[in-house]
Amino acid sequence: MTANLRTVRFSLNDRPVAADVEPHHSLTQILQQRFGLFGARESCAEGVCGCCTVLVDGAPNAGCLYLAILLDGKRVTTIEHLDADGNLTVVQRAFIEAGAFQCGFCTPGFVLMAHDLLRRNADPSEDQIRDSLSGNLCRCGAYPEITKAVQLAVRWQKEGSQQPASAPGG
Amino acid sequence: MNRVGCSIPRLEAIAKVTGRAEYVDNLILPGMLYGKIFRSTIARGRIKRLDLDKARAREGVHAVLGAQDILSLIPHPYYGPAFHDQPILALDEVRHVGEPIAVVLAADPYAAVKALADIAVEYEPLPAVYDEVEAATSSCFVHEELKPAATFADLKHLVGRKGTNVAMEYRLRRGDVDNAFAAADHVFEHTFRTQQAMHLALEPHVTLVEPHADSLVIHTCSQNPSFVRSEIARLLGWPENRVRVIVPFLGGGFGGKLYIKLEAIVAAAAMLVRRPVKITLTMEEEFYTITKHATTVRIKSGVSKDGRIIARDCEAWWNGGAYADIGPRVTQKAGYTAAGPYDIDNVRIDSYQIYTNRPAAGALRGFGVPQLAWAYESHTDMIARELGIDPLQFRWNNLLREGQPQATGSPMRDAPIERVLERIAARLNWGAALERGNGRYRRGRGLAVALKAGTSPTTSTASVNINAGGSVTVYVGTADMGQGSDTALGQIAAETLDVPMRDVKVVHTDTDVTPYDMGTCSARSTFHMGNAIRLAAADARNKLKATVAELGLPPGTNYSVKEILQKRFGMEAGNIIGIGSYIPPHSPPDAQTGLSEEITPFWALGGTGAEVEVDTETGHVRVIRLINVADGGRVINPDIAQTQISGAAIMQLGFTMYENMVFKDGRVRNNSLTHYEIPSYQDIPLLETELIESADDRGPFGAKGLGESGTFGVSPAIANAIDDAVGVRLTELPITAEAVLRGLQAARSREQRQ
Repeated sequence: MTANLRTVRFSLNDRPVAADVEPHHSLTQILQQRFGLFGARESCAEGVCGCCTVLVDGAPNAGCLYLAILLDGKRVTTIEHLDADGNLTVVQRAFIEAGAFQCGFCTPGFVLMAHDLLRRNADPSEDQIRDSLSGNLCRCGAYPEITKAVQLAVRWQKEGSQQPASAPGG
Repeated sequence: MNRVGCSIPRLEAIAKVTGRAEYVDNLILPGMLYGKIFRSTIARGRIKRLDLDKARAREGVHAVLGAQDILSLIPHPYYGPAFHDQPILALDEVRHVGEPIAVVLAADPYAAVKALADIAVEYEPLPAVYDEVEAATSSCFVHEELKPAATFADLKHLVGRKGTNVAMEYRLRRGDVDNAFAAADHVFEHTFRTQQAMHLALEPHVTLVEPHADSLVIHTCSQNPSFVRSEIARLLGWPENRVRVIVPFLGGGFGGKLYIKLEAIVAAAAMLVRRPVKITLTMEEEFYTITKHATTVRIKSGVSKDGRIIARDCEAWWNGGAYADIGPRVTQKAGYTAAGPYDIDNVRIDSYQIYTNRPAAGALRGFGVPQLAWAYESHTDMIARELGIDPLQFRWNNLLREGQPQATGSPMRDAPIERVLERIAARLNWGAALERGNGRYRRGRGLAVALKAGTSPTTSTASVNINAGGSVTVYVGTADMGQGSDTALGQIAAETLDVPMRDVKVVHTDTDVTPYDMGTCSARSTFHMGNAIRLAAADARNKLKATVAELGLPPGTNYSVKEILQKRFGMEAGNIIGIGSYIPPHSPPDAQTGLSEEITPFWALGGTGAEVEVDTETGHVRVIRLINVADGGRVINPDIAQTQISGAAIMQLGFTMYENMVFKDGRVRNNSLTHYEIPSYQDIPLLETELIESADDRGPFGAKGLGESGTFGVSPAIANAIDDAVGVRLTELPITAEAVLRGLQAARSREQRQ
């Protein structure tokens, strides 16, 4: 079973790491089983739902379709890294403020896609928000609130004042 | 203070936006094996030979289990909430495609997957039946004998039977239906159908079981952990306290994670190999696990010349698939309101739960009400149009009003459905003409209103612990699957105890710790568990008062909890525990007439207004605007409540416009998210959501359940709007461009003939 093992070295959330992987291992599986990162989740396993969204060299990828064996020299960023400095990002705060999730299973994917959109376009229109996020599915139907969250993040970013969302339970 | 009536963010908000929220699949234990299920490829057949030896010999495979292995542990391995009809693994017969036959266990899930191909099975194919109406009278029986479970209080009336596919029927008889039809000036009869569809929570089913010397720990994505505990204990012949069920967050549920799904198979496997075992389903397997009933509904109305509905006869066939799951409850509870929200003196309802050789159907967001509302609210519009009465006016003339008996005889109580209708009409600006267009694209609008009787009788129990420092811990068996129950239930505890929300923690279900709850279903948690928490908190408060008295402190003292407990225990220690159980008043339906004075703890009300645009060349329908109005009683958390309504409406939009399990010989042809479309970002119309706050006397702080109400009116409102736009009436879900185009072509050829 281990005949096909190969070591890949890559950057994971700004730390150098190595993993022995088999050709069939997906990025999602390696993140979960080797690195204990569960924010990228497998749902459809065919690149349709976006629950497993991971940034590879800064670009969003479906972790379920990305073969781990191709990771050599890549820079992988997962949802768990966004608040590495101890602060939620403006997008995360906006998701909380706008109530842009219910069960939360798809949320990491949407948050990462929203980050990717705002990185490319600081002032997207509503249509651009829809287009950019349309590769992700939310079965709870939080789409209208997700749009509001992205719009709120845009506003906060423009104002330069990263307004804290009211703390849960506060 | 951020408490009842305030839109505070979800307690778990930070965990969810950082990807750190806990779901079952995050758990990996030392020594754990992964399980993969070998499933039937045919809809019905006798298993002539099952050869597991080759799979067992494969390198990396720890064990391969078949029904014979299960029997060595559990001599009668059948489970189910209504009937004990579902075997843990198929014994001598398979009854639907995808039925589990064997389980492969391996430390590496890939080894398990590969070994599935090593399993050989030979069947003797048997005739199968798929259609619910055909199965009702077919001599091809899915089960030889039906054995009722007698577990739930509301399903005690189920009886054992043989030689039928009708698992149960609910009958309602009110007034003199035949005479009323004879006296009616107009009689209308239509038949409607709905498709089999999927819950499709994005978190697939997952269960992990840890076997211990004399107990089991079951980590599972379950909506009713109390039932999992008692059912697994029953299968093993154990007392309940040896089975511990732990439920973290659920990645969506919608009714698909109720009762036993993977728990029995994983528990048996873990016990047989004495190692922790986890099974996570693939999306493909989800399509064979639990579904929403396909239905056929025949509905007939007698109407007087002044536009009053005086008689209604309704027959509903529910395609329950091969195993009843909770279908009998769906069939009965939906049956209560099959006549719709109308004041009709003479009503006959027959609602049948039917076995077929399809994957099992259970509850899906509305317990059958969306299927029936599709029928009766389409029917309502068809009558109004035929009689030349405005559909809003026709509804208004016939609508049930506060205090009037609904078809079951139970009065409408805190149920202002006319306000739901009023608000939809106002938002649609119904009195003003609509710009309909006159070219290729035509616009129309429609509306629909419906009601639901909540599940009853049921029990919820909660405990509330006031800690030494004054903080509060709430223990509930409610699963937060995205509906926001942690937050809303926490708000109820905070309000009752007069403490700030930040001092309240809601403990997720662990049946070793959290008390009994019937289940997180049927929009019941805020109402039932909310009441239990209110009672538990009040009990704790009373105990605190008693402690004050014991300590000889003057009554009405303003000592803090911290000070009282410090005086009581001599240090900051100890706690005050309050317990509360809520069982609503209920009177079961009469066995002959189906009538009851007290059928439901509360009436859930919802309705929809829709504006559509139809492309007359392609039949394509664009839903432009969807207005959803629901009654939530006094709402605990308005923002979360609003998203529950709009989310439910979006889900029902999927069941209306796209979602459909396409079958061929019992096999699902579109068993993936690529081929089974759910609403995506681009499908969302302009959504408007409004809550009517009626204040339910019995609800905690006047609240009632609302998580399903957004589904009720969506399908018929859209169909009514299509008819309004282009004069095409659709009677089957989902609504496809093809069906609309056929309707348009039929209308054109009718015109040409005239």
